[in-house]
Amino acid sequence: MADSGSEDIAVIGNTDLTPSESENNLKNTMVEKGTSLLKRMEISVAEAEKRTGKNAVNMQETYTVYLIETRPVDAASEGTNPVPDSLWRRYSEFELLRNYLLVTYPFVVVPPLPEKRAEFVWHKLSADNMDPDFVERRRVGLENFLLRVASHPVLSSDKIFYSFLTEENGWKETVFETGFQAKADSRLKALNATFRVKNPDKRFAEMKHYGDELQSVISQLLRVRAVGENKVSTAEYAAQSIRKSPFSPTKRAADRLYGVYKVHGNYGRVFSEWSAIEKEMGDGLQSAGHHMDAYAASVDDILEEEEHYADQLKEYLFYADALRAVCRKHELTQYELEMAAQDLTSKKQQREELATGTVRTFSLKGMTSKLFGQETPEQREAKLKMLETQIEEGEELVKERNEECDEFVKSAWVDIERFKEQKDHDLREALISYAIMQISMCKKGIQVWNNAKECFSKM
Amino acid sequence: MSAGTPRSLASSGQKSIQDICHPLSAEESALSRSPDVLNPSGAGEKDLSLPNGTPVDTSSPASSSSLLNRLQLDDDLDGETRDLFVTVDDPKKHVSTMETYITYRVCTKTTRTEFDLPDYSVRRRYQDFDWLRNKLEESQPTHLIPPLPEKFVMKGVVDRFSEEFVETRRKALDKFLKRVADHPVLSFNEHFNAFLSAKDLNKRQGLALLTKMGESVKYVTGGYKLRGRPIEFAAMGDYLDVFTQKLGTIDRIAQRIIKEQSEFLMELREYGPVYSSWSSFEEELHDPLEGVAGCVSNCSSALDELTEDMSEDFLPVLREYVLYIESMKNVLKKRDQVQAEYETKLEAVVFREDKKTPVPTDVEKCQDRVECFNADLKADWDRWQNNKRQDFRQLLTGMADKNIQYYEKCLAAWESLIPLLQDKQEARGETN
Repeated sequence: MADSGSEDIAVIGNTDLTPSESENNLKNTMVEKGTSLLKRMEISVAEAEKRTGKNAVNMQETYTVYLIETRPVDAASEGTNPVPDSLWRRYSEFELLRNYLLVTYPFVVVPPLPEKRAEFVWHKLSADNMDPDFVERRRVGLENFLLRVASHPVLSSDKIFYSFLTEENGWKETVFETGFQAKADSRLKALNATFRVKNPDKRFAEMKHYGDELQSVISQLLRVRAVGENKVSTAEYAAQSIRKSPFSPTKRAADRLYGVYKVHGNYGRVFSEWSAIEKEMGDGLQSAGHHMDAYAASVDDILEEEEHYADQLKEYLFYADALRAVCRKHELTQYELEMAAQDLTSKKQQREELATGTVRTFSLKGMTSKLFGQETPEQREAKLKMLETQIEEGEELVKERNEECDEFVKSAWVDIERFKEQKDHDLREALISYAIMQISMCKKGIQVWNNAKECFSKM
Repeated sequence: MSAGTPRSLASSGQKSIQDICHPLSAEESALSRSPDVLNPSGAGEKDLSLPNGTPVDTSSPASSSSLLNRLQLDDDLDGETRDLFVTVDDPKKHVSTMETYITYRVCTKTTRTEFDLPDYSVRRRYQDFDWLRNKLEESQPTHLIPPLPEKFVMKGVVDRFSEEFVETRRKALDKFLKRVADHPVLSFNEHFNAFLSAKDLNKRQGLALLTKMGESVKYVTGGYKLRGRPIEFAAMGDYLDVFTQKLGTIDRIAQRIIKEQSEFLMELREYGPVYSSWSSFEEELHDPLEGVAGCVSNCSSALDELTEDMSEDFLPVLREYVLYIESMKNVLKKRDQVQAEYETKLEAVVFREDKKTPVPTDVEKCQDRVECFNADLKADWDRWQNNKRQDFRQLLTGMADKNIQYYEKCLAAWESLIPLLQDKQEARGETN
């Protein structure tokens, strides 16, 4: 909710857009609402490859590139199966794309990228950026990112996004040419606004709080499960370790589960050795031992699947950040409106004082004029005139900012609602598949132990 | 003391070994035995009921054939021909000025005439069981005596009066008495009888007997060198060595699993509250998340039970067998000693100049001792092998069962969650 004096003129997007640009955006969004890119085009991140090359400081580096394949939807359905268009991109280009989207559409909860470095990854799986498993999971995450953007009502129609998918060369230059980097809000400015804003929209404040809580709760879940090699919140983790019992300060759930299953494998070996000295019992023991081995081996699949669940949670962990970013942007626009309004009010006040000659509030001007004498009528006239101009401009500014604020609130809230629905749906699905996975794990456990039991009963 | 004159077969402690030989040990037909050995005090009495015995070689004297019928029993028979039933239950704490201790009720039901009454119910404490075992070891040195649960517990580490500890001990004591009761020789031991029936177990009674049996019981002669151990006993020794090793390994594995499970449980217990607190700030997802929290909590309880069961039921039995094996190895050593003594004495005689003098009774006695010992041991060994097989079948099947139950509990919890998770979706449909 903007401050006093609201007149609604719709302005979408960044306030620094020229009128023609914003018109264009408006048209694009309205036209392509509901017909997201994904409906017209198949997108996938098909492969990953290692490359070596010289980096910016002319040093050799190894990096991974990902193959993005696109194909028009119609072509596939017509029966012909044309070769998809494809190009290679590296992670940093994805980052660039995302940063562009963040700045250009600050009212959108922009889908997150998969993590840059492996945090919260159970260490027996991949934690190294070059590790094939890590690369694979990242590939999936990047594809997910592209699909999310391509199905977003606003983002999917962005030209830069389109060329990211279709134009391998020169894309970077095109992005920089938009000058988006200059439009980015400085962190300091944003932080300042967060602290000083007086009347932010309650809903946004609540959403920001929600984002905080979501982030906290998902972090906790991930941390109970495993802590990765590059611990971000080392202090927090250390605090947790101290609180833990002396027996297991650093091992986490995934490690423990792994241990439980793997140690059963030792039964396999000892049963085999034992069966060698037994006559009638030997066969039963031996075969039971094999089932113990199978049991031990089954944990690898289980933990892979759990890692998938962890990835789903992680996406929303990062989404929480994006949500908070939108809320912060609101605080910024609101703050700027408040500043403009405050400025206007003070200018009006000055005019009044000047016009009536009364000094209401303490001001330096007031003091100096008391000390050094009043101004001449001509001086006063000049000042008044200047103030009038400033007030006019100020009113324009307030009106503008008010509109920006309103518009931002409107469009941001639309996207937040969309995000909420998506989040509820996705997390519910994630919980369902988690439950299904647990069920499958239990069934396998029952089967293995039943097999073992049969062998034991034949001893 | 209640029983009538113990029959010769049962209480070998009262007669010199020479006169008595194990009725079930006739597998070695090479055994030379005085023909009247079986029933010096009247053969036909039907009191010689041996509830479960190993099959008997028919080459033994005819008077044992009547036993044969009773002896050819299936080990797995559920007490149809059993005539002695013993249970240990009802632990109670006793507090006196001097000490605090637990007693257990020992109930006996029997039709044997060695007992005055058909029913007994007495209270015994661990000390009494310990006394009984020592007495059995002394009076039946050629037999394998089942083990008792460990005597000493470190105060401060284990709570001697905790429910779990008492229950574990009770089970082990019950098993001990049952094993003795099922043994065709040990079950007729007069000390066992006294243990089961005497109102007030006067331990001093044992002393009188002890002095009587003193000489004939001294098998651990020591100092004699063994020439050649018969293959079968050597094999027994080897088997026990390897088996102990394997049991030790299994014990370590089981302990490690319990530890890992306990620590996993600790982590698991952290999940539930996190899901709960998550649900508190969600709307649509409130019920699903709360459901997950509950599920995780159920799985935690199930895991807790599994770990407890393994600790209380599985590990003690393993350890019991290790103790059993230790005492068996001692018996094997004793056997070696008896054989060594015989061989040495025999050698001394053989090298005498006058070959016409009959073999001195001294040496004959030794020979009998050896043969009886071997026979007893073999029979007990076979019995032990059988029991071991059953025990481990039961133990491992039990372990499998507990794990199955754990997974079934978890499965039920997660399966019941699915409809809860899916429910809203159908109810809401397309609407928001």
